[in-house]
Amino acid sequence: MVLLQVLINGLFLGGVYALISLGLTLIFGVIRVINFAHGEILMISMYASFFCFSVLGLNPYLSLIIVIPGMFLVGVLVDQVIIRPIRNAPSYMQIFATVGLSVVLINLALVFFSGDYRSINLAFAKQVVHMGDIGISLSRLIVFISAIAVAWLVWLFLDRTDMGKQIRAIAQDRDAARLMGINPNKIYMITFGIGSAMVGLAGGLIMPLYYVFPSVGAYFVLTAFVVVVLGGLGNMVGALLGGLIIGVIDSLSGYYLDPALKEMVYFLVFLGVLLFKPSGLMGMIGAEEMGLK
Amino acid sequence: MSLLEINNVSVKYGDLVALRDVSLSIKQGGIVSLVGSNGSGKTTLINTLSGLMECSAGSIVFNGRPIQDMPAHKRVDLGLVQIPENRRLFPYMTVLENLEMGSMTHRSRDKRQDNIKKVMHLFPILSKRSKQIANTLSGGEQRMLAIGRGLMSDPELLMLDEPSIGLAPIVVQEIFKAIALINELGTTVLLVEQDVNASLKISSHGYVLENGEITLSGPAHELLGSEKVREAYMGL
Ligand SMILES: Nc1ncnc2c1ncn2[C@@H]1O[C@H](COP(=O)(O)OP(=O)(O)O)[C@@H](O)[C@H]1O
Ligand SMILES: [Mg+2]
Repeated sequence: MVLLQVLINGLFLGGVYALISLGLTLIFGVIRVINFAHGEILMISMYASFFCFSVLGLNPYLSLIIVIPGMFLVGVLVDQVIIRPIRNAPSYMQIFATVGLSVVLINLALVFFSGDYRSINLAFAKQVVHMGDIGISLSRLIVFISAIAVAWLVWLFLDRTDMGKQIRAIAQDRDAARLMGINPNKIYMITFGIGSAMVGLAGGLIMPLYYVFPSVGAYFVLTAFVVVVLGGLGNMVGALLGGLIIGVIDSLSGYYLDPALKEMVYFLVFLGVLLFKPSGLMGMIGAEEMGLK
Repeated sequence: MSLLEINNVSVKYGDLVALRDVSLSIKQGGIVSLVGSNGSGKTTLINTLSGLMECSAGSIVFNGRPIQDMPAHKRVDLGLVQIPENRRLFPYMTVLENLEMGSMTHRSRDKRQDNIKKVMHLFPILSKRSKQIANTLSGGEQRMLAIGRGLMSDPELLMLDEPSIGLAPIVVQEIFKAIALINELGTTVLLVEQDVNASLKISSHGYVLENGEITLSGPAHELLGSEKVREAYMGL
């Protein structure tokens, strides 16, 4: 029974990782930019949710209708201001740019919001439904379900809509897509917006569960990078599965070994995957060249 | 008035001059062949017309509009469509999705269903394969899909870059037949082909490109009769 509880906790934690990783892998798969400021976009969305609650008195689940479109716009802005001028630059330039953005955002947050750890006190976040010996946290269940729902919705969007097909076309062959009359800049901008909106959803959903502070992004995004590589770069299903797997490993090793060792354990798993299946669980050989699946 | 007018266009790759002072004119309606050996600049010229390459000098006028500074995606919306060398299909999309990708412009979006029917009629094999992933098709089928995808954009001028290269003779024939048919149905064609003889035979005009310069041009039947063309490109 304890094992079942630990597994459920792991899956729920994995939902958080998956939700953050989905946006990261989408942006990488299409734009071919590793966004090192992804964690700071999470940080901004958590602060946004926090202030919606503390200043406007908005329930964090309700304020998602502000936070999600807001983060879409933030993503569009980052793409157009930071990424667009270096679209065709060597990748180390893009790394400098997004790492630089991350440092700037952390410091701006320090200046404006101070280094204090802040949280919101929401009775719902502590509600646990008991089924026999098993306790299920409702707020974590929501994150878990959202991760699966978002992965499915984004997949539907990419598979069925004209815009989604254009995004896949750009990811598979940019010049061929231009010859179809597709404007790459517009697609990149929208993709960055969608990836950031997904993180916005993640930030809003975890605000009732975690503290927010200027460098909170690094804490989650390091794991998200492991998830994205584990799942296969640019692979949405891989990000969902990878997130859940890392969550379960995290939870198992935290309970049966030592919470201090859990990061080490999933980094070992990570190295193992890279050693035996370098393209990731769902990835194909050369995925880093072919982009989004 | 010509449909396409290229005036003194030059194009460089870094220091290498790939096209020098190229001028060319294409009238509405016919098939124009662009002939030249490997590396003479044919693909560069087509990419410049499409907007994938920039010209360092000269002007390109399409349907009376200067387009040399227009981004590639907008040129497609004017009906200037390229079917690239090596097909460049979307490898992980189905046949049907690849066709749909050809109709993402304002110009073509509303005609999507009609155009899919027309393409399937032109290449019946594609309708049998419509759910198949593009990179699992045979070479000939991929080439037909690439042409079909180009037709989906509702081209006014269709530029084909070596559409028959590497195909079995029987498939080559089918491709040439299709090109002639596409032209009969009203689309002007700019054709780059290795098979100079076959290409000039279905053309009204031809241009010969050598080391990035146009060295010969005229009605196709004159080029077919010219000593120089026969020696250099037909091994006669
Ligand atoms: N991406 C490139 N970078 C540098 N030089 C190129 C590039 N593409 C083509 N070239 C050069 O430009 C010239 C014309 O090439 P191309 O247009 O591909 O010829 P063709 O299509 O007639 O075979 C060749 O000398 C080729 O080596
Ligand atoms: Mg060529």
